[in-house]
Amino acid sequence: MQEQISKEREIRLMKGNEALAEAAIRAGMHAYFGYPITPQSEILEYLTEQMPKRNFKVLQAESEVASINMIYGAAGAGARVMTTSSSPGISLMQEGLSYIASAELPCVVANVVRGGPGLGTIQPSQGDYFQAVKGGGHGDYRLIVLAPNSVQEMADFVFDGFRLAEKYRNPVMILTDGALGQMMEKVALPPEGSLEHVVPEWATVGKPKTREPNIITSLFIEPEKMQAVNIHLQKKYKTIEENEIRYEEYHTEDAEIILTAFGLSSRLCQKAVDLAREAGIKVGLLRPITLFPFPYQRISELAHDAKAFLTVEMNAGQMVEDVRLAVNGKKPVFFTGKMGGIIPSPEEILAKVEEMAANINNLTEVER
Amino acid sequence: MFHTDEIILAGFGGQGVLSMGQVLSYAAIIDAKETTWMPSYGPEMRGGTANCIVIISDRRISSPIITRFDSGIILNQPSLEKFESAIKKDGFLFYEESTIITPPAREDLTVLKIPAIKEAELMKKKQVANMIMLGAFLEIKPVVSMDSVLKALKKVLPERHHHLIPLNEQAILRGRELAAQQIQMTV
Repeated sequence: MQEQISKEREIRLMKGNEALAEAAIRAGMHAYFGYPITPQSEILEYLTEQMPKRNFKVLQAESEVASINMIYGAAGAGARVMTTSSSPGISLMQEGLSYIASAELPCVVANVVRGGPGLGTIQPSQGDYFQAVKGGGHGDYRLIVLAPNSVQEMADFVFDGFRLAEKYRNPVMILTDGALGQMMEKVALPPEGSLEHVVPEWATVGKPKTREPNIITSLFIEPEKMQAVNIHLQKKYKTIEENEIRYEEYHTEDAEIILTAFGLSSRLCQKAVDLAREAGIKVGLLRPITLFPFPYQRISELAHDAKAFLTVEMNAGQMVEDVRLAVNGKKPVFFTGKMGGIIPSPEEILAKVEEMAANINNLTEVER
Repeated sequence: MFHTDEIILAGFGGQGVLSMGQVLSYAAIIDAKETTWMPSYGPEMRGGTANCIVIISDRRISSPIITRFDSGIILNQPSLEKFESAIKKDGFLFYEESTIITPPAREDLTVLKIPAIKEAELMKKKQVANMIMLGAFLEIKPVVSMDSVLKALKKVLPERHHHLIPLNEQAILRGRELAAQQIQMTV
């Protein structure tokens, strides 16, 4: 089956940004609204270049605030839509994302993260984990967050993103970074038109006489109604947590030290695991693929046999808080990372692992 | 045993360092290998130095970002200063002769000094100096097949430059000759 699929796929060498854009076209995206910002402007450029030849629309909006509200409108009309930006631009979109989550509209938003805070740097970072996973905008809402770690997944997760967004009527964020956006790898592209789309019954596409009007709103003045909406949303998020958790494990079977990392960091950690295993250290890697829903359960299970955890991120330590929630004090959880657009090297991660391994039965979590 | 080649390509912006790396990566795909191409894309790209890391392997590549390299293809002095120490012991260093004032000092490396810019000028197209460097590299380190490299040129060069493919091919072949001569002289 897998082989059959790969035969239908076209192999290309592409940048992560280009692969994401091409995948969106092949996934049957109807419209893209965006505003240029490094390190993801290739997405808008690629789509603009392809638009005359293919069947979709691109609009460069006047700002990110406009982009996300165009997404709100088009998604409300039942269209399959996407926007992309990088950190400062995604911050501008938070109000719109909260509205879209409340109005339960499907869309895909990719954040090609750069170093912050503020206008920051154009170099890669994972500093927007909290923003993506814990809210970002106001109110009790969740985005489904997918974290690719290869150019292949930059393409595949657009398909997964639209599928999940439409299944749950919920915005999906692809949380990636400048390095994955700019780097080139082999990508096997799924065939065009392979993702079915039907105009949903709730869409505001003109009212026939046979039904009541469809209303899409995020305004519920009466607290009882607002509470009911919230209860419904929380129930939906629970269903998502029950059904959609994805993660990947690498040499965790006998591991005494478990590395946890998402996105690009997980690639660096994979190399660090290889280097550590060569040196005879029992290390494994758990890589969350969905950041919401987060694999708390699996990490909790691993905490049973492992002796310690090390979370590696390109930030000051964000996902590590969720790892600590999952481990729940059973074992020490350490953190190492780089901020501001610096990428930690596999050798630096290895050095931290070696330091832990040398003292494996006597580790205490001192640094918080 | 799995085989992996880790290569740093570095020079000034505009010398074609990034496209040289792309040709290698595309050729690797045609050879059914795994590959990553990681560029520097920071402010230095706007007129300053440019570099990319190319990894070619028989198996799935873990980290696309590495700090030690099997080979370096170097097209300017700042890049030589930055990357000479990052080449693994007994590795390979290819540098463009006219752009380097202080030659590499390491004695464990196999060093090839390629007059790529001079040769490109003789070919009446200064822009193919990068392909001469690439040819020299491939003569000594055949990490991808020559057939695939020629196919990769068609993929990497934009269509408006496809009339230059024969010239690029010629430049690659010239680079191979230069490297072959130099290795013979040292042996």
